[in-house]
Amino acid sequence: MSISVENITKRFGRFVALDDVSHNFPSGELTALLGPSGSGKTSLLRIIAGLDFADAGRVLFEGEDATERQARHRKVGFVFQHYALFRHMTVHENVAFGLRVKPRSLRPSRREISDRVHRLLELVQLDWLGDRFPHQLSGGQRQRVALARALAVEPKVLLLDEPFGALDANVRKELRRWLRRLHEEIHVTSVFVTHDVEEALEVADEIVVLNEGRIEQVGAPETVYDHPATPFVFRFLGSANEIHSSDHVPESFPRRPGGERTTPSFARPHDFDVFTERKPGSIEATVTDVRSIGPTTRLELKASGNGDALEVEIDKHTARYLALRAGNTVFVQPRRLQSYAGVG
Amino acid sequence: MAGAISRLNRRVSARKSALDPVWIQRSAIAIVLTFLVLILFMPLAAVFREALRKGAGAYLDALSDRDTLLAIRLSLLTIAIALPCNVIFGLAASWAIAKFDFRGKRVLITLIDLPFAVSPVVSGLIYVLLFGAQGRLGPWLLAHNIHIIFAVPGIVLATIFVTFPFVARELIPLMESQGTDEEESAVVLGAGGWQTFRRVTLPNIKWGLLYGVILCNARAMGEFGAVSVVSGHIRGKTTTVPLHVEVLYNEYNFVAAFAVASILALLALVTLLLKSLVEWRARKIEQFVTEDQNEESAG
Repeated sequence: MSISVENITKRFGRFVALDDVSHNFPSGELTALLGPSGSGKTSLLRIIAGLDFADAGRVLFEGEDATERQARHRKVGFVFQHYALFRHMTVHENVAFGLRVKPRSLRPSRREISDRVHRLLELVQLDWLGDRFPHQLSGGQRQRVALARALAVEPKVLLLDEPFGALDANVRKELRRWLRRLHEEIHVTSVFVTHDVEEALEVADEIVVLNEGRIEQVGAPETVYDHPATPFVFRFLGSANEIHSSDHVPESFPRRPGGERTTPSFARPHDFDVFTERKPGSIEATVTDVRSIGPTTRLELKASGNGDALEVEIDKHTARYLALRAGNTVFVQPRRLQSYAGVG
Repeated sequence: MAGAISRLNRRVSARKSALDPVWIQRSAIAIVLTFLVLILFMPLAAVFREALRKGAGAYLDALSDRDTLLAIRLSLLTIAIALPCNVIFGLAASWAIAKFDFRGKRVLITLIDLPFAVSPVVSGLIYVLLFGAQGRLGPWLLAHNIHIIFAVPGIVLATIFVTFPFVARELIPLMESQGTDEEESAVVLGAGGWQTFRRVTLPNIKWGLLYGVILCNARAMGEFGAVSVVSGHIRGKTTTVPLHVEVLYNEYNFVAAFAVASILALLALVTLLLKSLVEWRARKIEQFVTEDQNEESAG
């Protein structure tokens, strides 16, 4: 089922959480709402779920207006950051909850409920934990139970609010791959909120980047990463170097129409070639720090022209070959430069 | 007792922290124990000694006296009305305060504490001023033949007023700490308001609720000041157990007075026992939850 939000605005007192946001979440896809905290991503998710209501705008489910529909009638599955499992119920009872509270006429038989719970627990690979209580499970297991519980009512939409936010790094990586596989299996329209760029890039079919209550960019992970539409997206998706015209940006680099030479261009730290002798169009800089981080070496540089600080990452072998130390003079050449018209 | 002290000390010094020297700990414990013996245990023992001074027969006679039985009945009736009222009020107040944001929330919390701040005699007087013959609503009530002051309704009202903070005070912090995540989950899963309350909220607060009920019950049973003002002390009609003790005492009927007082003392002991049981149970559950949180933050 597709979900559309149209001109959604939400304020908390003076704070504008969402400012005239419109977007269509395509059916069957896994969409990431990506943004820093306070960007409005969780508010948008809660408005879709019916847990919060917008001050203006509409929510459409499959083209049908659902703005005023109560949360309990929206048929959405919601997974909370802190699991929100019912602490006094066993895993089995937790998953069965959505089926047990159905009106008598729609409620499956006791046996059917039990069967379905077993199937769901198998799907999340936790069938053997049915009799445990939430506090006896690890964080990763709890989140999988929460997912099974959300799926039990056969939701048309699955909404996940920072689902891996409370887990440690290894479990998080494992679970997001698992979520990706699960989504390929069941293909329910899913929206998940995250502030973790890597997570969004790895899991999502489509990324919606939010900032200060507005959508900055929508696109496939690769598009968003390779062609950030705004300086904000460029900075948010990874480390960014701002290069000003006085840094001798080579003439040959393509520019967007209207891109003035005075506006800064952006380059990722790993998109530089480093030389020890002058090359045409390269930027002369002094090394201020050399730091080896796992497979890469990070150089902190100060441009000789205007004193701009630059961060450059090269692989370990190149670093060893160049044998750089603080105080050395180097010449760096950006391989890819992104510039934006009229913004800084 | 000395053995108990030295055992306590050993445990404390085993944990020998950067705290004060042992002699300070010992004297602090000694002061507390002396205080408890003087203020609590001796009076308690005196109640039972006085009550049984003329033997078990006199004790039982005093308890089976008609007026005493009527006083017990009135106390039980008062509790049977006041307790459910305060459970409903406490649940509603704590639900509203913990789960929703609204204007005037702080004011409401302060108002709930009012009976703790006001002397019980004053709370009783409020009702006399309101419903008494000379009071604001007095003439109207008299005209319609409704008796509140010097009658059972007044006693019930005064008891409700004095005891209404207990359940709410117990539940508000508990419900606030639990947040609204579980209720939101239930709603998204299709549960209605009542289902959410009965299946999710209530099981999560049942120990806190029970604790509040026990305290509320103890206070309702023992309330003297407020009830004394509105009761009128009509023997066999408007005397609750504590008032009956006073009546008997004023009549120099010491054995009977202490015998009836011993019921209240026993009730206090039972309350303490139940209270510790519930606390122990609730702490065990809390331990699970905090262990969880520790695991999470460690992970």
